[in-house]
Formats: sequence, C-alpha cells, structure tokens
Amino acid sequence: MDLLTVLLSEVAWANAGGAIGAGLSAIGAGIGIGQIGKGAVEAIARQPEAINDIRANMILTAALIEGAALFGIIVGFLAMVL
Amino acid sequence: MIFRHLKGLLAVAFTMTGLFFFNTTFSQEGNEKHGEEKEQKKEGFNASEVIFDHVLDAHEFHFFDYKGSDGTSHPVTIPLPVILFSPQRGSSVFMSSRFNHGHDIYKGYRLDHGKIQPVTADGKPDAGVKVYDLSLTRNVVQMLLALALFVWIMIRIAAKYRGGVGRTAAPTGLQNAIETVVTFIRDDVAKPNLGQKHERYLPYLLTVFFFILINNIFGLIPGSANVTGNIAFTIVLGVISFIVILASSNSHFWGHIFNPPGVPGFVKPILILVEFLGVFIKPFALIIRLFANMVAGHIIIICLISLIFIFGQINPGVGWATSPFAIAFTVFIYFIEILVAFLQAYIFTNLTAVFIGLAMEGSHSKENHHDPHLTTAKYDNPVII
Repeated sequence: MDLLTVLLSEVAWANAGGAIGAGLSAIGAGIGIGQIGKGAVEAIARQPEAINDIRANMILTAALIEGAALFGIIVGFLAMVL
Repeated sequence: MIFRHLKGLLAVAFTMTGLFFFNTTFSQEGNEKHGEEKEQKKEGFNASEVIFDHVLDAHEFHFFDYKGSDGTSHPVTIPLPVILFSPQRGSSVFMSSRFNHGHDIYKGYRLDHGKIQPVTADGKPDAGVKVYDLSLTRNVVQMLLALALFVWIMIRIAAKYRGGVGRTAAPTGLQNAIETVVTFIRDDVAKPNLGQKHERYLPYLLTVFFFILINNIFGLIPGSANVTGNIAFTIVLGVISFIVILASSNSHFWGHIFNPPGVPGFVKPILILVEFLGVFIKPFALIIRLFANMVAGHIIIICLISLIFIFGQINPGVGWATSPFAIAFTVFIYFIEILVAFLQAYIFTNLTAVFIGLAMEGSHSKENHHDPHLTTAKYDNPVII
C-alpha cells in the first residue's frame, strides 16, 4: 500500500483517531493518578497516623479517574470498530 | 570514555535497526505481488483472532490445538450444550460438538465465528428463520460453577458459626480468610458510607463483593472464560446497583438534583441537566470500569504471550529469545491481575456504598455533604487494612 491510499482510506483515519484518543486518555489518567499519589504521599508524610483514611480516599479517587479514562478508551475502541 | 563507547554502540544499534526495517519493507513489497501467498502466511499465527477467541464468549471451552499424525490440527475443547428456540422450527437442544468446530451443519444450524446461524439445506444463510440463542455458553457455565463453589463455601462457614466455632471458640480453616474480608467490608466500606443503616445494606454489598471476586479469580485460571470482562454481566450488576441506589434515595437527594440550593437562577438549568445525567452516569461508570479493567488485563496477558509467536514467525530463534522476557512480564502482570481482581471487587462495592450513601443522606449532615468519607470518624474505629 502506498502512502496515498493509506491516507485516503477511512479505516486508517478511524484507527489513528482511536489510537490517539486512547493515548490521550491514558495521559490524562496518568496525570490524575500521579497527582493523587503525590498528594497522598505528602499527606501521609505530614500525618502518618491518618494512613488508613488517606489510603481509602486515594483508591476511591483513583477509581473515579480511571473510570473517566476508561470512557475515553472505550470511545476510542468504538471509533475503530464501528 | 564510557560515554563515547555507548555512543558508538547506539550508532551501531540504530544502523542495524535501520537495515532491518529497510529489508522488511522490501520483502513486504515483494510479497504483495503474490497476494495469495501472503494470505496463507498470515494464517500461521493471527494475534487478534487469538485475543478475541480468548476474551469473547463461546460455545465451548477451548484449551489448545495439537497437530495430529495426519498433519491437521485438532482443537482440544469441552463442548457445551446449545439450546435454540426458533418460532419457525421450534426448540432444539444438542451439544456444541455436533458443529465440529464450525465445520459441520447440524439440524439446519451452523456455527459462524461463534454465532449460531440458521441455514437452508444447501448451506446458505436462511434469512426467513429467527433464532433465539439460549445456550449455556462458557461464560454461563463458568459463572454457575463459581456460584456453586461460592454458595458451598459460604454455607459450610455459616454452619460452623451456627455450631459455635468462631463465636465461642477461635475460627478455623477458611473462616479466618472470609471473616477478615467480611469485617473489612463492614468496617471500611459499609459503616463509613451508610452510617447507622449499614446493617440493612450489608447483605447486598457482601454478595456483590464476593460474587465479583470469585468470578474475577475464576477468570484468571488459564483456559477459562472471561466472565467479569463480559459487558452483559457487568450491565446486570450495574443495573442492580442502580435499582438499589434509586430505592434508597430520599427527597433530599432529588431536591438537590432538581432544585440545587444556593445556585444563581441562570445556572440552574445547566446544573439540573448535569445532576440528572449524573444519576445515570454513576452506575454506567461502574459497568464500564469493571468491564474495561478485566478485559484490559486479559488482553495484556494474552498480548505478551502472543509476542513470542509474533517474533517466532520472523525467526524461531528470535521467538526463543523473546520468550523468557515475555513470560517474566506475563507472570508479573498475572500477579497484578490477582491484585486487580480484589481491587475491582472492592471498588465496585465501595462505589456502590458511596452512591447509596449519597442518595440517602439527610439534610442533617449537610456540612459533610461532599465527602462521605469525612463521616468516618463518627461511626468508625480505626481499622488496619
């Protein structure tokens, strides 16, 4: 396949869009979970006795962020399949 | 000095890579002229087919293929019952082995890429016949097996408690494992989120937790089905959670959605829309989270294993060289998946509890409205996870 046919085919664009979208949502989740990790570690360093509460909230927030990222990945996947 | 050596090495590596890719482009162009040959070459190992064969539902448990003495490959499978109902043809029940892995037509039905199709006598798809497929697929069978094991364990343990072991004497055997988890769900999930009403919701939360957990763990057994990574399975769990959330909501909750207090009038329409959609998005997020996490885990493991065969097709030596790394990574991811199996069960249960807590929160705890976890201190003694 030469470059022109690749660029003109809709499948290639859909695949590229899906892949880029999945990558962007992974970046978003990475930044978000990184922020949580930073905040949690700092909080634990300041107040080691609150580690259980901090850990529970950390997992909860990470799950919420992960949910948003997975939405992005699913939409990217649908862009490729549909 | 070391740096200079490294630079030289990198230059050599880049040149080699460049040469390698240059050669493959040429060989690919050469192959394109013989289209048929290329198609046949692809049949050697098709990664996406293997991945989807593993992740999706099927009418049989497929373990591996072996090459017989006559040179053809035979799949090793456990066939499962097929139950079909058709308004035109009536119902028919038979084992999926009758299809001979999609090669044969049986009773006017054909297995086409995991889907059962009605066909006419000469093997063409029959559009006039409608078929409802009620088969016990491998997801269903595995879920029932997991459920049977789960119920058996729980009934045995409950009988022990009734007999006094664990109440008057120290718990024995599996009781130790289950009791820790039950108290964890009660003290760290139910009590902080649901307060005094937690006893009413505890049976539901524990059932959901253990049901997801045992299905996650069953899904990790090699050769088994990917039950929790099936969207239908997670939709059912999510809808049940949705019903429980709605059933426990009070007027305060709906008041905050349709008439958010302390908001300027012109923002209200937007906020009402957002809040109203939020009611549906919460369980939808639960569904997608569990589904995507389990599917992603399974796909990562099978991709890593597939790498060996993809490289092995280039050159068997490369395949052998890749396998230790691929297997090491697979084992690593596998252990992470065991953690994820527990984590996703916990997250599903915890978020359900949080949403129920939000839905039934009264106006008395207004100061804690935005963070249900802040109410922890009121009910909970510190518990070590």
